[in-house]
Amino acid sequence: MANTSVMIVGVGGQGTLLASRILGNVAIKKGFDVKVSEVHGMAQRGGSVVTYVKYGDKVYSPIISEGQADIIIAFEELEAYRWLPYLKKGGRIIVNTQRIDPMPVIVGLKKYPDSIIEKIHSLGAEVIPVDALKLALEAGSVKAVNVVLMGVMAKYTDIDKEDWLNVIENTVPARFLEINKKAFELGLALNN
Amino acid sequence: MKKLLLGNEAIARGAYEAGVTVVSSYPGTPSTEITEAIAKYDEIYSEWAPNEKVATEVAIGASFGGARAMTAMKHVGLNVAADPLFTCSYTGVNGGLVIVVADDPGMHSSQNEQDSRHYAKASKVLMLEPSDSQECKDFVAEAYNLSEQFDTPVIIRLSTRVSHSQSLVEIKERENIPLREYKKDAQKYVMMPAMARKRHWAVEDRIKALREYAETSKLNRIEWGDRKIGIITSGIAYQYAREALGDVSYLKLGMVYPLPEKLIKDFVSQVEQVYVIEELDPFIEEHCKALGCKVIGKELFTVIGELNTNIIREKILNIKTEKPISVEESIPIRPPVMCPGCPHRGVFYVLKKLKLVVSGDIGCYTLGALAPLEAIDTCVCMGASVGAALGMEKARGKDFSKKVVAVIGDSTFIHSGITGLIDVVYNKGNSTVIILDNSITGMTGHQHNPTTGFTIKGEPTRQVDLVKLAQAIGIERVKVVDPFDLEKFEKTVKEEIAAEEPSVIISQRPCALLKHVKYEGPLHINGDKCTRCKMCMRLGCPAISNKDGNMTIDITLCNGCGLCVKVCRFSAIEKVGDING
Repeated sequence: MANTSVMIVGVGGQGTLLASRILGNVAIKKGFDVKVSEVHGMAQRGGSVVTYVKYGDKVYSPIISEGQADIIIAFEELEAYRWLPYLKKGGRIIVNTQRIDPMPVIVGLKKYPDSIIEKIHSLGAEVIPVDALKLALEAGSVKAVNVVLMGVMAKYTDIDKEDWLNVIENTVPARFLEINKKAFELGLALNN
Repeated sequence: MKKLLLGNEAIARGAYEAGVTVVSSYPGTPSTEITEAIAKYDEIYSEWAPNEKVATEVAIGASFGGARAMTAMKHVGLNVAADPLFTCSYTGVNGGLVIVVADDPGMHSSQNEQDSRHYAKASKVLMLEPSDSQECKDFVAEAYNLSEQFDTPVIIRLSTRVSHSQSLVEIKERENIPLREYKKDAQKYVMMPAMARKRHWAVEDRIKALREYAETSKLNRIEWGDRKIGIITSGIAYQYAREALGDVSYLKLGMVYPLPEKLIKDFVSQVEQVYVIEELDPFIEEHCKALGCKVIGKELFTVIGELNTNIIREKILNIKTEKPISVEESIPIRPPVMCPGCPHRGVFYVLKKLKLVVSGDIGCYTLGALAPLEAIDTCVCMGASVGAALGMEKARGKDFSKKVVAVIGDSTFIHSGITGLIDVVYNKGNSTVIILDNSITGMTGHQHNPTTGFTIKGEPTRQVDLVKLAQAIGIERVKVVDPFDLEKFEKTVKEEIAAEEPSVIISQRPCALLKHVKYEGPLHINGDKCTRCKMCMRLGCPAISNKDGNMTIDITLCNGCGLCVKVCRFSAIEKVGDING
């Protein structure tokens, strides 16, 4: 099959790395070749972060160039908007409707763009807004935003729920397992 | 069994399987996870050294002692380790010796974009360059064989995208490599002129032999496809090229120094047009051109930053990538920031208030240079803050020195700030040096260092006492202050810059991300008490923002460190639980 290219974008510290590792390991279970490219170091300190997950019969480049992503999972609205040009024609973007002001906005040099979801929609992309923070809190922790979004993502793959849950079990610390399982279910159950 | 591993983790696995027993490193993005992963193997002695020079010397000693040894560092770390590197090229090895260096094209987390391949050529040391995690592991195994076969240290060059990408790796068992016999051999291991002159001949013979080997090594391979286009490439650029260009012909070089001659000439002669695709400098390209081969390289590609598949497709196939969506609106950038609760925030708030010239250094605290704190004037390399502060004083006089402070982290101070401080004392400087002691090496993701009291494996060990250390080298004014005690901190800085002698201020508060650091949870701004004076905004805390004129705290980011409470003159910042109280 043709490779599937997924970008996970957000703000350093939001847990994008864990999400990419879950997705990467789920893809392995399906017997795909997989590459996951991460960001470490300075950008993790509240900067704009992006991880790339690619899977298929044979993956060469671990990163995704503009116009090549099948799916973008954005943990924050501004980051969804920033990385939108990476989406393929007919691609899909899942957006956590959370807003985190970047420093130029905080210090008043720039304005946080308004109505981002509507703008993404009017630019012709299929956008799936999700209040993942609310669902994460419902599951028991603000930190579970990443797993809620994996639940939403799961609907758009033909990978079994059991495979996802199995990988989550092997990826998250045992004491947070119940919260994360619930977070995944809440994401999966969303009707958009 | 196949596992998804980072390039860095695969290097570690390779070291484990190759029977390595000693690893010494200094952390640095993108190389850090190599040694962190190695520390999980009980069969390998591993350590964080004070800096890359010491780390390399420990690895060299272990090799002399008969063990297979490794050191890993980022590209700029190799500058620090260059001294032992150039001479261990002469001594050669006993047990296999591998130096792993991770370059950072695009400067995701670095102060420059140097191309470490030049070091291989300059020090006349064999260099290998893997392009994915499987190769990372396989090349380590091969590197140890070659190191022992050719009596040479071997450098493995990585780049951020190889280090920090996960791909599938076939895991094997560890090979048991017996310790080689240690024999005194001054002709080989004592590098003074008489011996070194002879060893230089050995080095030149070795390069000749390695060049021969490069012609037939399985590390260099040709993948024949359409012969209209031929690509000479290595490392991550190979992966980009394969994806962008598909079934053309490739000469994929796993060995980037020394480079083969006949193999390249043969390849070039059998394809219509050859392109060299490599990130950063035209290292392979210049070699090809020196051989008289007609290749195209940097005529098309930049020497700055990273390559990707779109660039390659565009430059070689002239196919513009369709960009279905472009966003016209200007999107605010999101630079990294000091975390909520970061102890450095108190320091830079005070330094900015006092309008001091701040000689900066390498670590999380370099972020103090960005808006709104904008409190750092210079940043060059590890340890430079101290020497540069002294240099400013010697250039502009003692009065100027009373407006200058150096800021340097605990780990960076031990790495190479200490020598600068000795210079200050010895040469009668007046500098004020603030050591930002946050109980850990922060930016690279929490590694222990000689000031934390724990080893890489978390075992308790002797702790360098920074106060006694400063005193021992002759600093008489040493103060320890909590940077969140803003009043005391400001008073201390004023006193120490005014003093007619050098001083050290140890700013002591642990990194807010350390597990044992517990603040009381999110704060809230009471709109009735808030006068919109925006004092809290001056802290540059990412959790506080101005929403249409009202200062608000994001409860998902705030940990309740309380620094903003101290700058608010109207007691408007309260604990979330107190809102209704």
